[in-house]
Amino acid sequence: MTQTVSRPAAGAQKQPLPLDVEAIRADFPILSRTIRDGKRLVYLDSGATSQKPRSVLDAERDFYETCNAAPHRGAHQLAEEATGRYEAARATIGAFIGAPAEEVVFTRNSTEAINLVAYALSNAATARDERFRRYAVGQGDEIVVTEMEHHANLVPWQQLCERTGATLRWLGLTDDGRLDLADLATVVNERTKLVAVTQQSNILGTINPLDGIVARAREVGALVLVDGAQSVPHQPVDVTTLGADLLVFSGHKMLGPTGVGVLWGRYEVLDALPPFLTGGSMIEVVRMEGSTFMPPPQRFEAGVPMTAQVIGLAAAVEYLQRLGMDRVQAHEEALTAYALEELAGIPGVAVIGPPDTVARGGAVSFTVEGIHPHDLGQVLDDLGVEVRVGHHCAWPVVRRYGVPATTRATFYVHTGYDDIDALVDAVRKAQEFFGVVPDEVS
Amino acid sequence: MQLESMYQEIILDHYRNPHGRGLREPFEAEVHHVNPTCGDEVTLRVHIENDTAGDPILSDVSYEGMGCSISQASVSAMYDLVVGKPVPEALETGEHFMTLMQSKGDASVAEKLEDELEDAVAFAGVSKYPARIKCALMSWMALKDASARALSAAHPTTTPGGAEA
Repeated sequence: MTQTVSRPAAGAQKQPLPLDVEAIRADFPILSRTIRDGKRLVYLDSGATSQKPRSVLDAERDFYETCNAAPHRGAHQLAEEATGRYEAARATIGAFIGAPAEEVVFTRNSTEAINLVAYALSNAATARDERFRRYAVGQGDEIVVTEMEHHANLVPWQQLCERTGATLRWLGLTDDGRLDLADLATVVNERTKLVAVTQQSNILGTINPLDGIVARAREVGALVLVDGAQSVPHQPVDVTTLGADLLVFSGHKMLGPTGVGVLWGRYEVLDALPPFLTGGSMIEVVRMEGSTFMPPPQRFEAGVPMTAQVIGLAAAVEYLQRLGMDRVQAHEEALTAYALEELAGIPGVAVIGPPDTVARGGAVSFTVEGIHPHDLGQVLDDLGVEVRVGHHCAWPVVRRYGVPATTRATFYVHTGYDDIDALVDAVRKAQEFFGVVPDEVS
Repeated sequence: MQLESMYQEIILDHYRNPHGRGLREPFEAEVHHVNPTCGDEVTLRVHIENDTAGDPILSDVSYEGMGCSISQASVSAMYDLVVGKPVPEALETGEHFMTLMQSKGDASVAEKLEDELEDAVAFAGVSKYPARIKCALMSWMALKDASARALSAAHPTTTPGGAEA
């Protein structure tokens, strides 16, 4: 299904970058601080959480300073204004992914959005209201995931299966870090109720071919949930062409604040799901004997929402739109190509994941022979280079590739070639520090 | 570079040439501990025998593990420190090591504990890096756990349901 594309060893080239890195860096206050005794901050951990431009911080502050109130409650002017800003943000964020506002549900993050769906599917079995039972999951049903998933798109489905007696199945991986779709037609079958798949792996960087998976899911009438936590921040995503029924992503990974994420769903699907969290603002009528619920998206937003964070996320979306998501993607692709070539040039370094930029995003995981990732991360940090080390909340992936952990560099709009040069230098210094410089092979 | 304060030569020696490594018989308890944020792992066995006075002595501590230099060197240094000691004394040494890990790089703490901790006092530099303290402590936690299980198995009335590893 996949083939290895080998790249001529021509020495790493620095193509002109699509984004003006220096101008962008000036928008991020944190990038002017230093690390470990005056080292320049080389932030290569946007895949864990992104840094925030000033416009996002200003939007949050402005909300608190000018119209802070609980939206969708009260009739005073502040409440009206807060509601207006909150709903305008919903429309902005929806438009960013090609969705109408009523299909956008705010959650705490991607993890909570996935849990919302998983609990809705098990709650459906016992829902009193007939229309909420459409997607009920029970004994004999199957949920399909992949071996590439972040724990957030794996553990909630394991738990759903434990609650309902359904069976969890999964698609495996090829040696070069891609989904093995050879048995797609048997793994996704008429018993499948939902397929949950990531659009871009947080550890391998792989961008998955969703079309075939979506087509197979359609054939058998299964829902498709796409984990967009690592794709929506880095490439154009349009739900009208994605083919999925549900999409989740996190605000904090796309220049927005922590504490806000998005569940997008086709309205017909959302409308047939029972609530997950219940309480204030999601109800229609409450009596002591029982309650009825609002239509989506309010049905899934119990309690006073994370208003300032939602407004901050809308500012982040506007920032990304000004840069242009096509250019963001091209920028990261150029950086990824450079990083892959430079890392391949260090003896003892092995990249875990696709070796080229074909269907691949800017998350580059690697191992260094003779240095455990923790120790490598420590040396890198000492030089100001901030990367992620460990299993990256994707333990089955590192197990699949037979390594205890990896070191991962992730790129974003403020990343430049100088950041990758700093990474490469630091890896070489770590090899010297631990005395594990392999013989140079030409 | 501050790194040298953490990666003392003595730590790297233990990492490259670990003491007492390998799982051995006999043993009364075996535990498996992991550091879930990063995947460091250790499987550790204790063999406890009573001395002539009837006090429990750690006759052997055997282990297998994988992980970073700090976690692997820590278990090796611990092996040197605790084997042959009465169990309460070994656990007290563990408490001293915990104190060292909480010292935030305060040299006076390390100085006071030099006699008790021998080679393990070299881990003082780790206490400046909160993310790495768990790596250094993992084997000591495993020792505490395994000792408790072994002793509760020997005296089943004191602790009910001593879980198997």
